[in-house]
Amino acid sequence: MIRLIAALLLALAAFSVRAEEPRATGALGVIVERATGSLVVIDWRARAALGRVEGLGDLSHASVVFSPDQRFAYVFGRDGGLTKVDILDRVIVARVMQAGNAIGGAISDDGRLVAVSNYEPGGVRVFDADTLAPVADMPTGSKTIGLVDAPGRRFVFSLWDAGETWIADLSGPTPQITRIAGIGANPYDALITGDGRTYIAGLFGEDGLTMLDLWETPPRPRRVLAGYGRGAAPLPVYKMPHLEGWALAGDRFALPAVGRHEVLWADARSFAEVGRTAVHGQPVFAVARPGGRQVWVNFAHPLNDTVQVIDAPSGAVIHTLTPGPAVLHMEFTPRGAEVWVSVRDADRVDVYDAATFEKLAEIAARAPSGIFFTARAHRMGL
Amino acid sequence: MRSALAALALTVSAAQAEIIDPARAAALERLVRQDCGACHGMTLKGGLGRALTPQALAGADPEGLSAIVLDGVPGTAMPPWRGLLSETEARWIAAYLLKGEAP
Repeated sequence: MIRLIAALLLALAAFSVRAEEPRATGALGVIVERATGSLVVIDWRARAALGRVEGLGDLSHASVVFSPDQRFAYVFGRDGGLTKVDILDRVIVARVMQAGNAIGGAISDDGRLVAVSNYEPGGVRVFDADTLAPVADMPTGSKTIGLVDAPGRRFVFSLWDAGETWIADLSGPTPQITRIAGIGANPYDALITGDGRTYIAGLFGEDGLTMLDLWETPPRPRRVLAGYGRGAAPLPVYKMPHLEGWALAGDRFALPAVGRHEVLWADARSFAEVGRTAVHGQPVFAVARPGGRQVWVNFAHPLNDTVQVIDAPSGAVIHTLTPGPAVLHMEFTPRGAEVWVSVRDADRVDVYDAATFEKLAEIAARAPSGIFFTARAHRMGL
Repeated sequence: MRSALAALALTVSAAQAEIIDPARAAALERLVRQDCGACHGMTLKGGLGRALTPQALAGADPEGLSAIVLDGVPGTAMPPWRGLLSETEARWIAAYLLKGEAP
C-alpha cells in the first residue's frame, strides 16, 4: 500500500513538473502592431506567434530593447509611454508616461538603466530598469535623436535642432555630460558599432555623416562621405532613413543616402567612400545580414513595396523581392539564417530564407512595423 | 454658343475633379495617418514634424495648408507632395486636417 502511494506521488510530481516546464526566451521576439498599441510575441524558431500584449498606447514608430535575461521587453511609444512587458507571461509589469512625444530608447550595458529619447520636451530621461522609477533627466532644448548605449554605463544621443552630440556618463551618482558641437545640420538618426567604439550620425541638412571615435577623449567630430550628392538637389524625402548597428557588412559600412536612390559604402577603417549602389528607391533601412555577406534594403514611400538584397563585396543587387504594400522593417534571426519582414498594409510578417529568398512562413499581425528579437539583448547599440 | 458650351463643360469637369470618391478618400486618410504620420505622428500630435491636429492648426488657411502639402517648406524636412498628389487631393487633406476627420 505504501509502495502504491509512493508510486502515485511520484507520478503526480512528474506530472506537475511537466505542467510547469520552464520556457527559455532566446528564440523569442516581438512584433510591434503600430496602429493598435499592441505587441505580438513570437518564437522565430517555431516561426509562430505565441500571443498578444495590448494596452501600450501609440506605437507608431515604436522601438524595443530587452533586459539582459531576455525576459522583459522595454517598449518606447511615440506618445512618451515607456512600458516594461514580460514576454513569457505576456503581461505589462510596469508603465510610465515619461514625456509627451518620444522617439526610441536604449538600455545600459549593465542592464540596470533604461533611457528614452524625447522630442517634447526635448531631451533624454533615464529610468531604473527594474521599477521604471526616474533616475535622471537631461533636457537638451532640442528634439533628441539617435540615442544609443555605449560601454561604461554611458548613453550617446544627438540634437536635431542644435547639431550636437552629447555623451552622458551615468557610472557615478550624477550624470556627467560631454557636449560635442559641430556635428552638422539636422542629425536625423545615429548608430553605434557593435564594438561600442564608433558613433555615426546621419545628417538631413547636408550631404554627409559625422563620425565620433568614442575611444578619444573628447571625441572630435569627423565628417564622412561629405558631399555625396555631388551638388545635385536631393529628391523629396517622404520618410527619414534609419541607421542601426547592423550597418557593418564585412569591411565596409552600408549607409542609406538621404533623398537619393543609393546605398553608400564606406571603408570601415578610413571611412572613405568605396562605392555606391543604385537601388530601387530611397533606402530606409540598409541592414547587413549577420556575418555581413549581404545587405537587405527597404524603401521610402511610395516605393515601399520592395526589398532589395545587395552582395556586400561587389555592391551588386542580387535579388529583388516585392513582399507587398509598405514594408517597414526587417529583422534577421541572430545568426542570419532567416529574415522577418513586416508588410504593414498587408497585416502580415513574412519569413524568408536569407540564402535562397524562399518564403518560409507568414505571420498575421495588425499593421506590423518594428520586429525585435531577444538576441538584441546581448548586442551593443540595439 | 460653342464657347458657352465649352465653358459649361469646363465647369462640369472642374466640379467632377473636386469629387474624391470613397475609395480614394480612404486611401488619402491612410496616407495622412501612416505616411504623413511618419514625421507628424500617426495621431498627428507631432514628431520630427509639427503637430497637425485641428487644435494645433486652428485658424490656418486651407489654401495655405494645401500649398504646403503640394510644395513643401523649403529649408525644412517637409517635402513637396506634388507629383504624388493632385491639387484636389491636397485640398481634401487640408480639409481633413482642419476637421480631424474626412471632410
